[in-house]
Order: sequence, then C-alpha cells, then structure tokens
Amino acid sequence: MSIGTTLLGLLESGPRHGYDLKRLFDERFGHDRPLHYGQVYSTMSRLLRNGLVEVDGVESGSGPERKRYAITDAGVTDVSRWLSTAEKPEPYLQSTLYAKVVLALLTGRDAAGLLDVQRAEHLRLMRELTRRKTSGDLADQLVCDHALFHLEADIRWLELTASRLGRLAREVGA
Amino acid sequence: MSGANTAEGTEALLTATRLRKYFGSTAALNGADFTIDSGEVVAVMGPSGSGKSTLLHCLAGILDLDGGTVRYDGHELSALPDTERSRLRRSDFGFVFQFGQLVPELTCVENVALSLRLAGVARRRAESSATEWMARLEVDDVRDKRPGQVSGGQRQRVAIARALVAGPRLIFADEPTGALDSLNGERAMELLTGAARDTGAAVVLVTHDVRVAAYSDREVVVRDGQVLDTTARIAGTT
Repeated sequence: MSIGTTLLGLLESGPRHGYDLKRLFDERFGHDRPLHYGQVYSTMSRLLRNGLVEVDGVESGSGPERKRYAITDAGVTDVSRWLSTAEKPEPYLQSTLYAKVVLALLTGRDAAGLLDVQRAEHLRLMRELTRRKTSGDLADQLVCDHALFHLEADIRWLELTASRLGRLAREVGA
Repeated sequence: MSGANTAEGTEALLTATRLRKYFGSTAALNGADFTIDSGEVVAVMGPSGSGKSTLLHCLAGILDLDGGTVRYDGHELSALPDTERSRLRRSDFGFVFQFGQLVPELTCVENVALSLRLAGVARRRAESSATEWMARLEVDDVRDKRPGQVSGGQRQRVAIARALVAGPRLIFADEPTGALDSLNGERAMELLTGAARDTGAAVVLVTHDVRVAAYSDREVVVRDGQVLDTTARIAGTT
C-alpha cells in the first residue's frame, strides 16, 4: 500500500503533527504493523519536497521542533488520483484496498464506486486469463487457474466489503 | 434512442430502455437500461435477489413490463402480438436454464430437436441437426437416453445443444452452470461461448459466479433495480 498517499489522505481533515499522523495511521491501518517514527518523518520530508504538503506551523519546546503539516491542492489531487485508479490485481492487495475504502469514506468520496472500478479491473484480468486458459495446454490451464482462484477470492472480498460499506462508515466515524 | 446505437453507428441487436417491473410493491427493475450487440457475450451479475433473472425474463419477452421498452432487431417486443412474440422467441432466441429443463419423457436427441420440430422441420432432418450439435457439445453418445439416465453435466450440455440447434441470434442463459461442479461448469461455458462465437450469436449470461462471468466480453451489475455497466465505468477512469 502507499503509505505516503494514505498519510496525505489523513491530512485532508486538517493539519497534523507527524506524531498525530503516526497514531492515526496505526489506529486505522497499522494493525499488527505500526509505522516507525523514522518512516513517518522521511515520508513527510518527501511529500514536502514534492509539494504535496506544506508546513503549517512549528512548535518548539524543550524537545525537538514539531512541524505541523497541511495538505496542498496538489496533495488533494494526488489522493483523488490514487483512489480513482484501480490497483493492478496481484496477491495480498487487501491492505491497500482496505486503506483506499476507509480513506474514501473518511473523505466523503465514492467508496462504492472505488470497489466497482477495482472489481471490473479484476474481472478484466480474469477474462484475459480465461481466454489464455481456453486456448492453452494443461500447464497453461493450471497456471491460469491458480491466478484465477486468487482473483476470485479478491472479488469476493470486494463484494462483501461493498455490502458492508454502511457499517464500515459508521465504525470508522465517517 | 439512448444507448440504442453501437460505436459504429449501427443499431444494437437488443436495446432495453428504462425497464420497470414490480412484484407487488417491490420494484425488481426500476429504470434499467441494457444493450447487447450481435456476437457479444454480456454477463449480468449482482447480489441474490437483485433482479438479474427478472431482467433476463423481461429482455426475452417472457415477463410483461410495467414500463420501458425492449427493442430487438428493429421490433419493439411489447408491441408485438403474443403469437408473433412466441414465433420470434422460437426462431431467434435460445434458452439455457440452471437445471436444463429438458422434457423427461423424450430422449436427449428428441429434446434437442424439439424446437426444429415445432418450427415444422421434418423429424429426420431435425434429429440429424440435433445430433451434429450434440457431437459438438460432446454428448452425442447419450442421444438415445432420457434426461434422467445421464449425468448433470451431460444434461446441461444437451440443454445447450437444444438452445443452439435452431441457429438463434441471441441466447439467454440463466445460471447455466449453477447446478454443475467447477470442471463440468467450465467445460459447459467453453462450449457455450465457443459455439456462440462461431455462429455469431449474442449471449446474455446471468450468473453470480465471477469465474463464469470471465467467459464474457463485458459485464453489467444489477443493483437497486438498475443496470450498472462496470466495464464502461473502468474505461472511463483512465
């Protein structure tokens, strides 16, 4: 999943310090793999360099300076582009797809549409594999079947998630 | 008419516009649009109870509409008299259902030949064509058995042969592999879509199974009584 774009999406609700961003990310998407502080600060430096965030204020106290980041218009465009573009179907997409769905809900975008677009992209690849399988030998068939079963499992997840969007929206507080 | 024309500017084989169908106070279809071109295989998907089968029955003129129009090859189906609609269904449409729905008292070859016989084709010629289609569907060895004496997979292939024998331009398949295991289901789909492509027939394929839908050229999803073309939707996101 794109940690940078996910952090950007979390900034859409208002400026935040790096520490807040890490906490929010871990709470929503970290599960058993929380972000390292270094990962957050290096990602924010990159986003700053690319003009996707700007420094909204700096607090200095007894410890190191704490920068507060705000998303720029270019950053919002980047989040929109990410959410509206289908992922290349491949194994273990769930964390990325889950992050996209939650962010779409949190930012008031079309989460159902996002799932439809992804489903159609998965099905497009399934069509391609089915054509290859139909004209191939047994080895082709078995290789294609393996990929087809994984894609089918993803689509079942997409369908189930689509049917639970209302509940998910309530649970993430969207 | 909106959606009636293909990209090349020719009229689609079948165009349904703003279909409405109610069962009591429940709207099964509520402004559904659908288009299929000659030779195209379109999968109709959607959750259970979403109205997929109702859409198929409305498109085929089996169910009367509460609103909207279905145009097939220049004719508005609902405007045709019943006899004309039945004739069109026999000559131009083929049907495959989940459980085959063969006539149990007839042999398999008699089942396949039935639509030709009803159209007035002599028995010998009708059964000769039926046998050719059964060979193509790899079930000619059961031609003289009754449906109850053959396996589910064979029965469904007999049903597919029956749908194809009269040379339909449009095949309506409602969960055609729903009663089959995955190997038999996949073979049935290969044979159905392969034969349809070779003859230029279009197929409306209602299924809840994405692996079956993967044999189509395009999919639409029935949701809240409307038809969403997700293939077009993804094309529009790039």
